[in-house]
Amino acid sequence: MLTVLVFAPTAVAVLLLCLPARVPPGVPRAVWVAATAAELALAGAVWAGYDTKGGTGYEVRARWIPSAGVGYHLGVDGLSLPLLALTCVLFLACALYSLRESRRPRAYAALFLFLQTTCLGLFVSLDLILFFVFFDLSIVAMYFVIAGWGHRDAKRAALKFFLYTFVGSLALLLGFIGLYLAAVPHTFDMVELTRQNPLAGRSSYASLVLLAVVVGLAVKTPTVPFHTWLPPAHTEAPAAGSAILAGVLLKMGTYGFLRIAMPMLPGAWRRYALVLVVVGVVSVLHGALVALAQTDFKRMVAYTSVNHMGYIVLAVGAAAATADTSTQARSLAITGSVTQMVSHGLITGALFLLAGALYERGRTYDMGAYGGVAAPAPVFAALTGVAAFASLGLPGFSGFVAEFQIFTGALGPRPLATALAVLGILLTAALFLRALRRILMGPLRLPDAPGTARVFPDLRTHENAAVVPLLALTVLLGVAPRFLLDVIEPASRTVLEQLAR
Amino acid sequence: MNDMNADPQALLPEVLLAASAVAGLLLGAWLPRGRQWLVGLLAAAAACAGIVSASVAAAGPERTAFGEAFTVDPVTGTARAVVLGGLLLVLALFAGPFHRHARESETYVLLQLSCLGVLVMAGAQDLLLLAAGYLLASIPAYTLAGFRKDGPGTEAALKYYVVGALLGVLMLAGITLLYASGRATGYPPLGIALPEAPRALVAVGALGLLAGMMFKAGAVPAHFWVPDVIQGSTSPVSAFLSTLPKVGALAALLRLGEAVLTDDAVPWAPLVAVIASASMTLGNLGAFFQTEAKRLLAYSTVSQAGYLLMPVVVAGRSELARPALLFYLAAYAVTNLGAFAVVCALPRATALADYRGLARRRPLLAASLVVCLLGLVGTPPTAVFVGKLESFAAAFDGGYAWLAVLAAVNTVASLFYYLRWIVPALSRGGDAALTDGERGARCLAHGAAAASLALGLAAGPVLAVLTVSPAA
Repeated sequence: MLTVLVFAPTAVAVLLLCLPARVPPGVPRAVWVAATAAELALAGAVWAGYDTKGGTGYEVRARWIPSAGVGYHLGVDGLSLPLLALTCVLFLACALYSLRESRRPRAYAALFLFLQTTCLGLFVSLDLILFFVFFDLSIVAMYFVIAGWGHRDAKRAALKFFLYTFVGSLALLLGFIGLYLAAVPHTFDMVELTRQNPLAGRSSYASLVLLAVVVGLAVKTPTVPFHTWLPPAHTEAPAAGSAILAGVLLKMGTYGFLRIAMPMLPGAWRRYALVLVVVGVVSVLHGALVALAQTDFKRMVAYTSVNHMGYIVLAVGAAAATADTSTQARSLAITGSVTQMVSHGLITGALFLLAGALYERGRTYDMGAYGGVAAPAPVFAALTGVAAFASLGLPGFSGFVAEFQIFTGALGPRPLATALAVLGILLTAALFLRALRRILMGPLRLPDAPGTARVFPDLRTHENAAVVPLLALTVLLGVAPRFLLDVIEPASRTVLEQLAR
Repeated sequence: MNDMNADPQALLPEVLLAASAVAGLLLGAWLPRGRQWLVGLLAAAAACAGIVSASVAAAGPERTAFGEAFTVDPVTGTARAVVLGGLLLVLALFAGPFHRHARESETYVLLQLSCLGVLVMAGAQDLLLLAAGYLLASIPAYTLAGFRKDGPGTEAALKYYVVGALLGVLMLAGITLLYASGRATGYPPLGIALPEAPRALVAVGALGLLAGMMFKAGAVPAHFWVPDVIQGSTSPVSAFLSTLPKVGALAALLRLGEAVLTDDAVPWAPLVAVIASASMTLGNLGAFFQTEAKRLLAYSTVSQAGYLLMPVVVAGRSELARPALLFYLAAYAVTNLGAFAVVCALPRATALADYRGLARRRPLLAASLVVCLLGLVGTPPTAVFVGKLESFAAAFDGGYAWLAVLAAVNTVASLFYYLRWIVPALSRGGDAALTDGERGARCLAHGAAAASLALGLAAGPVLAVLTVSPAA
């Protein structure tokens, strides 16, 4: 089941590439939408069939490179299932959004389908090398998306993205090899490594391995000071690419914290958790402050990602504090971090798609060039408003649920850090309200570059079809998050138990 | 030990290669120019038969031949498979451009003789046989390098010859010193005698021996010939020179590290580690701003030699070293030949900028290029990734974590220049220089790229084969 879920998109991509070159451009786009819709249905079936009491479901185990301790081992649990579903939702949204993509639609669709395989594969991997393979392939695929379909300066941004995240991935690989060699017998199997906790009691070795793993994941997340690749990559990528990059790829880093670093290196994690708390708070505040200074709408959204991912880092760091805080609070922090991953994926995905719509109409992201857009494009204005309010964590949206959990969970163990991080919400509110005022209110003003139209048409059907479901899900999660939390909570309790060893 | 067990059966692949080379030489003298391709066919048949007999021999027990001068074990078996398989690919690359060439049959014969030398190096258990293999592998290669009788070709041949002869003499001097200190040339007796011998003598001898091996491996500090020879020779020759001789040198180094120059005798591991790190770093630095495809690949093979030396560093210290090196060799051979096949397929594109628009005109070839280049970086799931993974693990295991870290850093750096080639290949524009070219080389490029992926995905069984036998 999981194997089909993971590899079906690539199979479709190969089929697409085998089609004769003369098929009308509508065909690949339609196939893409159909394939992602089928994937979403499949993910829904996996969710429906998963036993919410916890544990790993749908496990697949096969030999791959037994002599090197590498196996083909897949499975889902409460940590990966929400991300799996998020991935399918976002890819469907991107497929719908790209229904009008006219530049080489066949290759575009094939590339995104391949990217979907790597993302899904990463979230269900239970083997470190399998995880790494998908991690690296996602970088390769995203590089081609940015370099091939991005804006003017895309080549440079794509290269920076590739080099930066590739450095991270190699640090990660070194960490994995460190874990592999410590285990007896040598293995890359995550379940086995988690069970063994091979580095317990070897503090300097464990610290080095943790350093390698955390640096690798922090680059991907990204946290300050490893975030500099993010703004150019986001700004230059096509809208759908940005949505996937922010919505799914960034989650690989934080997912890795919960899946690999905490359960496999519990001692070292506890020892250095304070560093992560500090990094998290700095990311929150720095991301928000820099976002506040932006005049480019897309860049601003990109920096808010640094801010939002910072909350997650804060939560996973705070969860390790042992100083007589209740397990319940720390479990809340972990649950909140997973919820935040899902919520951020949905909201940022929507925001980037809306930014893409803005660019398509005005050919610039500069907020100063627009004004009073709400009059000609009420739907666009309404959706942007909803997305912005969701992003700043207003009650009723998923972001509120997530951030509330994170702050409640982290306040006990790390009161000062949490108090500082709450300021981030204030800053985000300020910057989003300012952006909304600039673009949507006041007298109508449109960019006056040669070749731009003097009208601002409202969102088209395919754009609505992509954005509205994402925002609807945000509201649903904000109003009735129980179905999601039921899945996450057992898993976060498990992570805490593993961390306490 | 039974004295002088000639046992030609153990050497069947080598014997087949030598016989077909001699037969090819005779045939070439008789055949009209239009029929000289038959010699190539004979060579291919010999290589195929050699692979079959090598796999039969690999299934049997380990054995030695000619006293203990030559051994048939997994290292030899893998080297045979890689070299003969590589020879098949190289022969196919030669077939197009050398068809009806004035020296067609001689080319095939020289190729075979050089491969024979490489195989002898890989299987040698005796310093004198190693030296013989070195000469046999080198001298035909000097000639091949000079086949293009123009300025760069002559420079390539001359440079190759002079450097090779100098380092060969150093190697022979080193062998003499090792003989003087150990009173034997066979590896097993040397391994016992050398730790007792005067350390300075052994150290100088080992250095001399290393000089020859580094020349064949194309590693720093004996790498000066690499860029000029690779660029100056015709593309199929470059493909051959940058790939197959490495196999012999590295297999020989592995044996030396395991059995002869252990840490009791000389500080072998630190020495090779320094060479490895210098090779990967300098090779990468050299490759950074190259604008010619072949020159870029040349520097890339220097850096690859550095990665390939990593398992040699920990030979005898880590059980992972042997399978790591052998797998990496196979992976490297396939991937590097694939990259050169792309170069051969587009004879008119020499600069990286000439590849602009390749994806549009020849999508499959562009895909093969991307797979091979990303393969050389070590992106999963290609074969080199598994090779690197194993080598990193071996280096960690043998106590050389810093080397693995350095290799990882270098890998990242290498990405930069491979991307400098990939980017134009995938961008739009370009001219018609990309449309014509060798059809055979194109198919080979596709095949090699597919094989590189397949070897990576099927690494399990292959590694299992390489790991079964206990490390020496």
